[in-house]
Amino acid sequence: MSDRTVDRVAQATPKRVARKIRGLSDRAIAWIFISPTIFLLLAINIFPLIWTIQLSFTNYKANRIGREVKDVGFKNYERILTDSDTWLNMQATAHFLFWTIFFQVLIGFTLAWLINKKFKGNDLWTTIIVLPMMLSPAVVGNFWKFLYQPQIGLFNYIVSWFTGKEPSSFEMLGSVTLAPWAIVIVDTWMWTPFVMLICLAGLRSIPDYIYEAAEIDRASKLRQFLTITIPMVLPFLMLAVLFRGIENFKMFDLVVQLTGGGPGSVTELTSINLKREAFEKWRTGYASAYAIILFVTVFGLASIYVKALNKVKQR
Amino acid sequence: MTYTKLASVSAIVLAATTLSTKANAEDLTLCWAAWDPANALVELSKEFEAESGHTMNFEFVPWPNFADRMLNELNSGGKLCDLLIGDSQWIGGGAENGHYVQLNDFFDAESISMDDFAPATVYAYSTWPKGTPNYYALPAMGDANGWFYRKDWFENPEIQAAYKEATGQDLREPQSQKELLQIAQFFQGREIDGKTVYGAAIFTERGSEGITMGVTGALYPWGFKYENTPGSYDMEGAVNSPEAVEALEFYKEFYKTATPPGYTNSYMGESLDAFKSGQVAMAMNWFAFFPGLYADPNTGGDKIDFFVNPPQNQAGSTLGGQGISVVSYSDKQDAALEYIKWFAQPEVQAKWWELGGYSAHNSVLEDPGFVDSQPFAGDFLEAMGGVQDFWQEPAYAELLLAMQKRIHDYVVADQGTAQEALDLLIEDWTEVFEDEGKL
Amino acid sequence: MSSFSVTEPSNRSKWIAGFLVITYALITMIPLVWILLTGFKSPADAISYPPKVVFDPTLEGYVNLFTTRTRQTQEFLEANPPQNWADEIVRQYDMVIVGPSKFGERFMNSVIIGFGSTFLSIFLGTLAAYAFSRFKVPLKDDLLFFILSTRMMPPVAVAIPIFLMFRNLGLSDTHLGMILLYTGVNISLAVWLLKGFIDEIPREYEEAALIDGYTRFQAFYKVVLPQAATGIASTAIFCLIFAWNEYAFAVLLTSANAQTAPPFIPTIIGIGGLDWPAVAAGATIFLIPVMIFTILMRKHLLRGITFGAVRK
Repeated sequence: MSDRTVDRVAQATPKRVARKIRGLSDRAIAWIFISPTIFLLLAINIFPLIWTIQLSFTNYKANRIGREVKDVGFKNYERILTDSDTWLNMQATAHFLFWTIFFQVLIGFTLAWLINKKFKGNDLWTTIIVLPMMLSPAVVGNFWKFLYQPQIGLFNYIVSWFTGKEPSSFEMLGSVTLAPWAIVIVDTWMWTPFVMLICLAGLRSIPDYIYEAAEIDRASKLRQFLTITIPMVLPFLMLAVLFRGIENFKMFDLVVQLTGGGPGSVTELTSINLKREAFEKWRTGYASAYAIILFVTVFGLASIYVKALNKVKQR
Repeated sequence: MTYTKLASVSAIVLAATTLSTKANAEDLTLCWAAWDPANALVELSKEFEAESGHTMNFEFVPWPNFADRMLNELNSGGKLCDLLIGDSQWIGGGAENGHYVQLNDFFDAESISMDDFAPATVYAYSTWPKGTPNYYALPAMGDANGWFYRKDWFENPEIQAAYKEATGQDLREPQSQKELLQIAQFFQGREIDGKTVYGAAIFTERGSEGITMGVTGALYPWGFKYENTPGSYDMEGAVNSPEAVEALEFYKEFYKTATPPGYTNSYMGESLDAFKSGQVAMAMNWFAFFPGLYADPNTGGDKIDFFVNPPQNQAGSTLGGQGISVVSYSDKQDAALEYIKWFAQPEVQAKWWELGGYSAHNSVLEDPGFVDSQPFAGDFLEAMGGVQDFWQEPAYAELLLAMQKRIHDYVVADQGTAQEALDLLIEDWTEVFEDEGKL
Repeated sequence: MSSFSVTEPSNRSKWIAGFLVITYALITMIPLVWILLTGFKSPADAISYPPKVVFDPTLEGYVNLFTTRTRQTQEFLEANPPQNWADEIVRQYDMVIVGPSKFGERFMNSVIIGFGSTFLSIFLGTLAAYAFSRFKVPLKDDLLFFILSTRMMPPVAVAIPIFLMFRNLGLSDTHLGMILLYTGVNISLAVWLLKGFIDEIPREYEEAALIDGYTRFQAFYKVVLPQAATGIASTAIFCLIFAWNEYAFAVLLTSANAQTAPPFIPTIIGIGGLDWPAVAAGATIFLIPVMIFTILMRKHLLRGITFGAVRK
């Protein structure tokens, strides 16, 4: 029997305590079970968040221990929001967000649709396709930098093989026009499987009888696709977009390893700039204000989006 | 018996004998960047372990993370490092924030004289405020940014003839920045041994300090100054002087016309890779790497030679190198000071150079045999005669990151003009000094 | 599904779909295969120009990954002939092996922190999930949403105070600090996934046990836990993968003691430049466990990556 562990635990517990535990009400047990989790979340998430808000109104620098800390009111916020570089970073982030989501949805949905044709061995190939998203983004970013080397990297040679262009004639990470796309390519390579999996779940959730009914009504395949498949998968797709959006707004490791924000600042996403301000320049107060601005932006956008998602679900 | 066995056995024997004689044998940790000279220091330090009975541990951090990791460590008041060979620009912060122990009393007590070290290195690695006799480090590793080139290509008669035809001059080690560019442009895109090769690998890294260290190699020879009068922080007219603008434009032209494609975010490692893979005729890098380059089986030996950063309006090289400091958070400061005392001895300094470290001790540098001891030794002496360093202010990281951004924006990302980049840089720097209360 | 069903795709469309998906899968594998191959190249081959697909395999990358080496004088090299194949390999650069590298330590840190935080997340997460699933908890939905919302927070928003907090508490660069931190990040996932799994276990089992005289605790141990074992295992793997791959906090908060592998691997340097074969070897060794887990987990993958929002 499998009850031995329990008995041992019960025996090992001093009698008085044991009786107490046995006698606990459900309500007390519920709180004992939940409170460690809540406490940990308060300590690691909520308390730091409040602290960040407080720091954001000061000129504190964490690397100057003896320096006087002054209250500066909204000056940090003012400085950030009036700095044109902030808006350039926001633009870079928006470009990255929009195009990664666009390609991931496009390719991810197509793949899911194809896999749903249930050809032989589709399970095996699905697992292979999923591999990239399980890897460490830092390690992946670092290695893609190597693949993008114009003379020694594989990527340029493969492109050259298909297009006939000289491999060293373009620099994926070094050119102002290509670098924003280079990071989109790597992110798409890594995360398309994520969107694909969710779409696949959506496709598989559509009961066959709906198609059968449509077939009886002699609806064309295209019409079935537009009026059944797309609307039924849409809530799943929107969920995928939400997850990718939040993740890519936080994006740091992959891009830091790939470009470090360069060339110039064209791939300097907001999270990269924040890391520089906070832990390289050590402008703690300023960086805290920046963090709060980003946090409010993500939370605001996400809540609007979730409202829209719920509407789609209700339909 | 194997080498490692031999080493460990002797270490045990040594430990046993010294333990009996010395009660307070300490476990010291020395922190530095992970590169060739660090390995040499490990070798060198074995003698210290044998003499003192202390055990040396090493924490070497790769260059791209070195500043981040170590400054983080100091700012957290960490006890990881007892001794730190920190970058020259950290000295201001190290002194003002109390990370480093001031060494004056110790130097006096042990009669270690700073006059025994090359003046440029003492000024740069040891003093804060700059130039005052307040010492926070002992010069440990002299270094500057220099150049190396494919000697076999430069000596190839066909290539020489082609160069003569193209430029009307002889192919030689460049004597000026402009000649350097001309040679690099000549090699750019040329076929050699069936491969397309390029002019030179230069520093263009965005994230840490790369492009600043590269561009100052052009700025200093043109006569760039940080301030009109030292210590006054008046940068208008100095940082954006016509010479500075010209030098910055020169660096951009160099980047655009004479470097291999894809070297848009490259620093020490990429420069070495470019040279070792046979892509470039020349490359810039720190002298610290030269012993390793010379020993390389493929592109070293008689295929390589070295030259100092060429002058333009004046001689000038970008300073690298580090001093060794005692970390104030360490509990083992006495033992750490013992290490510095040992390290400062002329014999140890001579061995240091022999193993591949760059001693800054006069007894080594002024030795008549020094210049011929290595093919780059003479160049090193010449370079150290004309070195300049970046700001060493406590806020150096903010100053550096501002420069990284402005220069990279202009040189690599093609934004604005050189004049605008330097004007913006003054704005950034002014803001930093205002925050610091220095302006 | 019968082959006569109208919804069954035709053989031809299956064939085309299979062809396209397999093509995508093969393309997507190229970078991974390249990492694997680079690990077996010599440093010169790794940066050869143009890239080499055919090369002489060598274990140099793996030797460099696991050892530290130092350059020696000719006299020393002649006096001490190489002892083994690894020594033989480094001798071509006039170097000798002087000891193990930091990679072993970093890898062990990843194991300790990864498994430690996974264990803690699962332990706390199972308790909380059980309570949420079985008991009436006031403000249950709000609490659950609060738990989920912490995962949306950009790590950078809390990184500064966490850095300061760790500095004051002496948790910087310790295993304990990283375990607590990763548990704090992972626990939201653990609670949500486990609640889903526990919800699926019929309440009748426990109720029967309670009638038999079991206490709540016993019912939880003896009835619920064994039933939830598969769910717990798959949740554990998702927590582990996150902690295993995490980079941003690791790079900020750890250095000599508790540094994990992700910040370490991209900085493995050889003679001067990045030692690409060693980097690739490190990446390969680091990625293999995750690949195995992915294959083991393929049935629960979807649930794990979507916080239980989507089930197959």
